[in-house]
Amino acid sequence: MTAELSAPLAGVRPLNRARPQLVTAYPSWFYLPAALIYGVLFLFPTIASLFFSLTRWTLFDWTFIGLGNFEQFFREPFLFQGLVNTLIYGVVTSGAKVVLGLLLGLLLTSDIIGRGYLRAVVFFPVLVSTVGVGITFTTMMHPTQGLLNESLALLGIKGPGWLTDPRFALLSVAAVDVWKGVGLATVIYMAGIVSIGSEYYEAAKIDGATAWQRFWTITLPLVKPATVTVVTLSLIGGLRSFDLIWAMTKGGPGFTSDVIASVIYKQYQAGFYGLSTAGNVVLFMMVAVIIVPLSWFLNRGETDR
Amino acid sequence: MNRARRYIVGGVAIVASIFVFLVPFAFIILTAMKDKKQAALREFSWPKEIHLWDNIVEVIETRDYQLLTAFVNSSIITVASVTLLVIFGAMVGFVLQRRPSRWTKIVSFFVLAGLIMPPAVVPTIWLMQSIGLFKTMHGFVLVQVAYGLSFTVLLFKNFVSTIPRELDEAAIIDGAGPVRLFFQVVLPLLKPVVVTVIVVQAVAIFNDFTNALYYLPGKQNVTVQLTLFNFQSQFLTQFNLLFANILLITIPPLLVYMFFNRQIVAGMTAGAVKG
Repeated sequence: MTAELSAPLAGVRPLNRARPQLVTAYPSWFYLPAALIYGVLFLFPTIASLFFSLTRWTLFDWTFIGLGNFEQFFREPFLFQGLVNTLIYGVVTSGAKVVLGLLLGLLLTSDIIGRGYLRAVVFFPVLVSTVGVGITFTTMMHPTQGLLNESLALLGIKGPGWLTDPRFALLSVAAVDVWKGVGLATVIYMAGIVSIGSEYYEAAKIDGATAWQRFWTITLPLVKPATVTVVTLSLIGGLRSFDLIWAMTKGGPGFTSDVIASVIYKQYQAGFYGLSTAGNVVLFMMVAVIIVPLSWFLNRGETDR
Repeated sequence: MNRARRYIVGGVAIVASIFVFLVPFAFIILTAMKDKKQAALREFSWPKEIHLWDNIVEVIETRDYQLLTAFVNSSIITVASVTLLVIFGAMVGFVLQRRPSRWTKIVSFFVLAGLIMPPAVVPTIWLMQSIGLFKTMHGFVLVQVAYGLSFTVLLFKNFVSTIPRELDEAAIIDGAGPVRLFFQVVLPLLKPVVVTVIVVQAVAIFNDFTNALYYLPGKQNVTVQLTLFNFQSQFLTQFNLLFANILLITIPPLLVYMFFNRQIVAGMTAGAVKG
């Protein structure tokens, strides 16, 4: 716009001179240090992974084998299981975090006693070492001596082997993931709930809306930005999750709680670098295929409103 | 809400929170206080004799003071990574917000990609090996910076938009170059978000286990999260020591939380309201 204006006013030189000066106040080389580190240690390996996933690779030497690694990934049951488990883990943890986070967010923004204490105690696990949490819960989930099953026994219930029964292992880890992460979802929802203007609720009250109707027609639609954040954040985290699973089950029993991230580590340890890298490519394809359309879909609704 | 409900709902929530959230932490502390024999029972019970101090001393002395080395290493890594993140991230966020150009879209795309994409681990190891960064602390610091930049840039970019441009212009008229403008005028104004970035990233990097497992294997440059893992097999029957270790590495995040509660929550919820 300045260019258009300055053309007829060619005589006013100082204005013209001021512009290039302002531009150089924000030099492009400010991008350089960050771009260098990001480019070399994140972007380049990501691009290189597309190539190395097509090879049999020893780190010193590679043989091109086409889509062999990917074929193996979808054919071998123990690798494919990891793929399915990743999806289950991601969907279960983020679903639970949305529901529990919203409920806790409502609870902790309402007028109850002990609110400060409750907020602190719900959020604190977010900051604790994941491996520490994993070890603690593994100990408490021990099939016979663990605190969980001993408490259930007091109530006359025989608890399952939470981490040793193939049917429960993955879901038990997911439950601990929710325990550790729900505090983050809760504070995100709390920020969303607090930002809703009280006039909506007052108007609804005057119109005689019940508490349930107020929740359903005011709170839920208006906390949508928070929901979008919680869903995307916890899905990204859930699909990439590694440390908790590794600390609790190492993918076991067998490979029933393996996820792609743990498969990647196991194949890396075993020296199958090409296969491990293919796992990485599968993982980021999966994350991209789920997250990109989802956030596009969720954010589109936002601008429509 | 009426008065009775306020107490009933709050009371129920407090009781539930004790079982769900406090018991696991109490379990850590109780087990860390027991002797070897009693800890092995995995019981939630009061220790017969209190051995907390002995256990802590023993954990610290294990493997030639490995835990102390790990604490030093983790602190160095955390401080160095966070420093670089703040400076480089703020520089990008500043220019990205202030000067729309053909770069803006590309940079924004890479910021998003960095938030979503899981890093390609084996190619990174291969690259680090060939340039001599694998298994080194400075290499690990650079990796942490590379992985943390996206979130940092996002926080800074949002905050820079709240600083009036007139300040930049005044500084330029006074003859400040871009470096002085940024470091002496803008960066001091970014202080609230700088604190947020420091706290959030410091906790994340201090607690990082996965990247340390991949990029810092071996005893020499061990980090605190790895000690836990190394000890898990060694202390298989020594739960008292394992939990004393967990207790020790939980203290730094606890301190950070006590002093910077507000900044952490602000940083982690950034964007939640705006979308």
